Amino acid sequence: MGLSLYIGKRSTGGGGAAGAISHNSSVDSPPVPGAPSGHGAVGDFVQASGYYRPETMAEALRVLAGGPTTIAAGCTDLLAATQRRALEGPVLDITGVGALHGIEITADGVRIGAATTWSNVVRTDLPPAFNMLRQAAVEVGSVQIQNAATVAGNICNASPAADGVPCLLALDAEVELSSLAGVRRVPLGAFITGVRQVDLQAGEMVTALWVPPSGMGGTSRFLKLGARRYLVISIAMVAARLVVEKGCVAQIAIAVGACSAVATRLTQLEEALIGLPANATLCRAVSDDLILPALAPIDDIRADGQYRAHAAAELVRRALRDLTGEAL
Amino acid sequence: MNRSLTTLNLRVNGTAHALPVAPGRRLSEVLREDLALRGTKVGCDAGDCGACTVLLDGAPVCACLTPIAQVAGRDVTTVEGLARGALQQTFLRHGAAQCGICTPGMLMAATALLAHTPQPSRAQAEAALGGVLCRCTGYTKIIDAVCDVRDGAAAPDFTGQSVGAPLPRLDGGPKVDGSEIYGADACPEGTLLVRAVRAPSAPARFQFGDLKAWQAAQAGPVEVFTAADIPGENRFGTIPPFADQPALAERHARLRGEAVALVAGEPAVIEALDLAAFPITWEKTDETLVHANRADNLLITGRVRCGDAQAALERATYVASGDMATPYIEHAYIEPEAGVAWMDGNTLVIQACTQAPVMDRDGTATVLGLPPDKVRIIPAAAGGGFGSKLDLSLQPLIGLVALKTGRPARMIYSRAESMASTTKRHPAEMTARIGADARGRICGMVFDGAFNTGAYASWGPTVAGRVPVHASGPYFTPDYHAEAHAQHSFSAISGAFRGFGVPQAAILQETLYDDLALQAGIDRLQFRRINALQDGQKTVCGQALQGVGISACLEALETPWAAALERAEAGNAAAAAAGSALRHGVGVASCWYGCGNTGLPNPSTVRVGITPDGALRLHQGATDIGQGSNTVITQICAEALGLPVAQFTLIGPDTALTPDCGKTSASRQTYVTGKAAYQAGAALRAAILSLGNMGPEAQITLENGVLILRDGAGERRVNLGDIAPDANGYAIAAEETYDPPTTGLDADGQGAPYAVYGYGAQIAEVTVDTVLGTVKATRMTAAHDLGRVINPQLAEGQVQGGIAQGLGMALMEEFIPGRTENLHDYLIPTTGDMPQIDTILLEVPDPEGPLGAKGLGEHVLIPTAPAILNAIRHACGARVTSLPALPHRVLAAIREAKA
Repeated sequence: MGLSLYIGKRSTGGGGAAGAISHNSSVDSPPVPGAPSGHGAVGDFVQASGYYRPETMAEALRVLAGGPTTIAAGCTDLLAATQRRALEGPVLDITGVGALHGIEITADGVRIGAATTWSNVVRTDLPPAFNMLRQAAVEVGSVQIQNAATVAGNICNASPAADGVPCLLALDAEVELSSLAGVRRVPLGAFITGVRQVDLQAGEMVTALWVPPSGMGGTSRFLKLGARRYLVISIAMVAARLVVEKGCVAQIAIAVGACSAVATRLTQLEEALIGLPANATLCRAVSDDLILPALAPIDDIRADGQYRAHAAAELVRRALRDLTGEAL
Repeated sequence: MNRSLTTLNLRVNGTAHALPVAPGRRLSEVLREDLALRGTKVGCDAGDCGACTVLLDGAPVCACLTPIAQVAGRDVTTVEGLARGALQQTFLRHGAAQCGICTPGMLMAATALLAHTPQPSRAQAEAALGGVLCRCTGYTKIIDAVCDVRDGAAAPDFTGQSVGAPLPRLDGGPKVDGSEIYGADACPEGTLLVRAVRAPSAPARFQFGDLKAWQAAQAGPVEVFTAADIPGENRFGTIPPFADQPALAERHARLRGEAVALVAGEPAVIEALDLAAFPITWEKTDETLVHANRADNLLITGRVRCGDAQAALERATYVASGDMATPYIEHAYIEPEAGVAWMDGNTLVIQACTQAPVMDRDGTATVLGLPPDKVRIIPAAAGGGFGSKLDLSLQPLIGLVALKTGRPARMIYSRAESMASTTKRHPAEMTARIGADARGRICGMVFDGAFNTGAYASWGPTVAGRVPVHASGPYFTPDYHAEAHAQHSFSAISGAFRGFGVPQAAILQETLYDDLALQAGIDRLQFRRINALQDGQKTVCGQALQGVGISACLEALETPWAAALERAEAGNAAAAAAGSALRHGVGVASCWYGCGNTGLPNPSTVRVGITPDGALRLHQGATDIGQGSNTVITQICAEALGLPVAQFTLIGPDTALTPDCGKTSASRQTYVTGKAAYQAGAALRAAILSLGNMGPEAQITLENGVLILRDGAGERRVNLGDIAPDANGYAIAAEETYDPPTTGLDADGQGAPYAVYGYGAQIAEVTVDTVLGTVKATRMTAAHDLGRVINPQLAEGQVQGGIAQGLGMALMEEFIPGRTENLHDYLIPTTGDMPQIDTILLEVPDPEGPLGAKGLGEHVLIPTAPAILNAIRHACGARVTSLPALPHRVLAAIREAKA
């Protein structure tokens, strides 16, 4: 068995975000808010209580190597999932680790540190390929949630309705995992293995999400469907990224969330759209039989499965319509 | 408990604190319990309601989701840290706080917005406040306020005005500065924390295991109480002949969430208990009969019959028939039930959330085997009620612990236990047929509804009684037969919720009226005007009414209706031309609602007096749950007495200090308590005038303990200090009781069930996405007849809040026991879901009401859902017959309409 990843009793899903790894920061750069240094005997209480809030990666990884630990960041899923008055230990709170904060644009791609909040995403200047991620960011719960919840926590909580996942799939994101044994990277699609299940080994934690240069082309769109305006868990959502060359689709990435156990890329549809003219006619090439086989929508209180599939297909068409410049 | 505490440094509202805390503890707990800063409210502990919003280094976060470790070295700002500045003044001026429980969260979210956007647009304000839920206001006045914050804006001067003035609520100050005391906010020294062990499912039998061994194994002393410890009759209910609910179940749980045992002790010990390990074994049963003495699970049937409805339908030119199903609806007040009990000598005092202090007193006294005068109820400020806080919840539980231990006992329901264990709106399955003649006049109606009243009676008999009386709508219906059956199930208890079943019935009746209008080729608003009940016409109960305001409401909607139809038509033409999937529609629906108990006594008593040193005191026993009775009752009394509102001091509600003003339900306080207040004010005026031997036209002023009476002839001064005070300490006082003149109903529901009715009608405008089935309500125009508008600002607030609840009922709300016991699966409208609301207040005086006034609180919710459903149908043909109209249901109905 791997690390004791917290499996919530319920999800705040698209509304909650954060979770096993996430964070609580409302500023973009150091000094890290709430960091232990100079603010009393944080390190001491940490040791005494089973609540660890280290400042360095090395220290964090040593804590993890010590045995099963709940990794905490924004806590918007962890504390929502318990009726207890407090998080119970052992807990590794990663929000004091300065190296995990913020978004960096490097030659290797864009690195989103594991303690980066959704508000950070909203405030960071990013290429147009990230528009969908920024659009999703303001749909995650509420401003209060966005100020605490982290992108990485959204991934680790692994709700089928996580708002961030379709966008990150459509950005070809990879997950950086660290332990005392070293660092590995896995594609996001391989990291999330099921409902509230992720490929996290003992002693390992998510330290960043990477969007490789190959995923940074073009522009993108995120559409979320819910039964009310704010604080809502999706019925269905779509993230689409389109790269146009010479008027035609050169590259396209489309992912659907809340319509299967794990959000999924529509590879069959993507292949069918490559090379087509990137104009108003593009959405006409979106047929249900290129989408529905990839989905496994369920009936629940928010909608029935059949409706979800229909809505997903329609949202794909609308996203493409938006991206090809045609108003609804 | 086992967790070590260490000192953590943080600054709260500029003050540095070094606190010994468990690092994983919620910031909300640290603020409220460790620092006693209880202005920050907790509504869900899950980030779903935003009531606990505080600023962390200036950014809004949910304190309930923030572990205190992350606050080390940072700045926290709570509502107590906001000076009572321009924002709070603006909230007061706009009437943005009703019950006030969401107000601190709203203020903090708004403060964060205004720091970077001093003059926000409505859209910006809605987005910034989208994470804070409000169940009272419909958000309109909150957004109005946030967009209108101006330093130094003069407070409006209403000196000398009483009835008719838009006075800011008299009890508003504490609601905007965080000092209001709600159920969870009082915690005397040495208070024990109480938690309940609850049934995981039902029906089930249970047996306790070794309680003593379990107690001994805990980290500290834990007291356990079960039904065996209850000294009185373990049975309560809102209607004594139907009382059937145990405070603690005895051997048998009838609903999921039913309390079966209590644990009490030091807060740290009780908080840490794992109640899943409580020694109890459950045995599921396959029984189907909920109460042995109620065959077929039928609690009661209500019936109203006049003329021959079947014959009328047979001769009708047009007949519409249909079914409608509505689900359980949760009240979703932002304050879960909470309160504290303590012993004052041999009197048990309970300060808890409530809408009905005297009923709480009597019910608790029965359960605990005490005489009623040994129980005192001090209502805490209610963080929303809407009907559910009429029933006892935790009062007998904390009362039991306080009585048995002699120590104060406090209980705060979690959101989940509040939703599982307290009452809901009745799910209804209804069928009806309505007929009209060739000219579109209604000739007959039959209605039959099954109302699932759940495990216990609660207000089931009231719903069964009210529905047949009201299911005709405010329309002349000469031949009529309506029945409503309250039926038990092993499920959540249905009780009172704004309208007592009438909103459900109106949905069916008003949607069938659209069918009839379409069949007859008559404009839908005109169809309603043709049938509107007139003065002197008889209701289906055979009661001839006066002061009937429905025609005035429908007439007031004529111009908005034409404009709305034009907007929809233009919008649809543009959408069709653009190939858009959006379609616009307009709907209308009406309401009427009898104020007060149905054919039963329903008195209120009000005392008003002036002390020898000149303090004017109004004993106002009507519980203000946000609707405004503290203000409205005072305005009415001031009008009758002839002294300004500003000179009044309010006493109570408190069963030790205020005479009984009944329960805050059935839209009765403005009318019934208002009439008692008017009569008390008039009686005090008469007594004062006779003291000075002055005629009725004389002016009275009160200055420094002296009453000054002036008329054209001169002036007289009465020194109050010269008068020996009465037993209540007043130099001069009056006390008046008013009970509405009603009669009981006979076997066919004939009689005069209410003395006063109120009326209203609303237009809904919606946009339907015909491909996705989503619905956006864009505008509501609400015309309500109040008889006399006592306070237009409070009245508008009621209309806007009622519309929000009606909109939720139409489009998103469905309580499923065990599944939607939280505020992210159970959806209520947010700031972004509300339409523009245009309110038209009308005055068709009622001959019985005080100054002509009628009730309003429940009326406002009734027309909203049917108006929205009628608008959806108008937009796209979809007939939704099972609520809520979620996108998948609307889409299915669109497809059915096309087929």
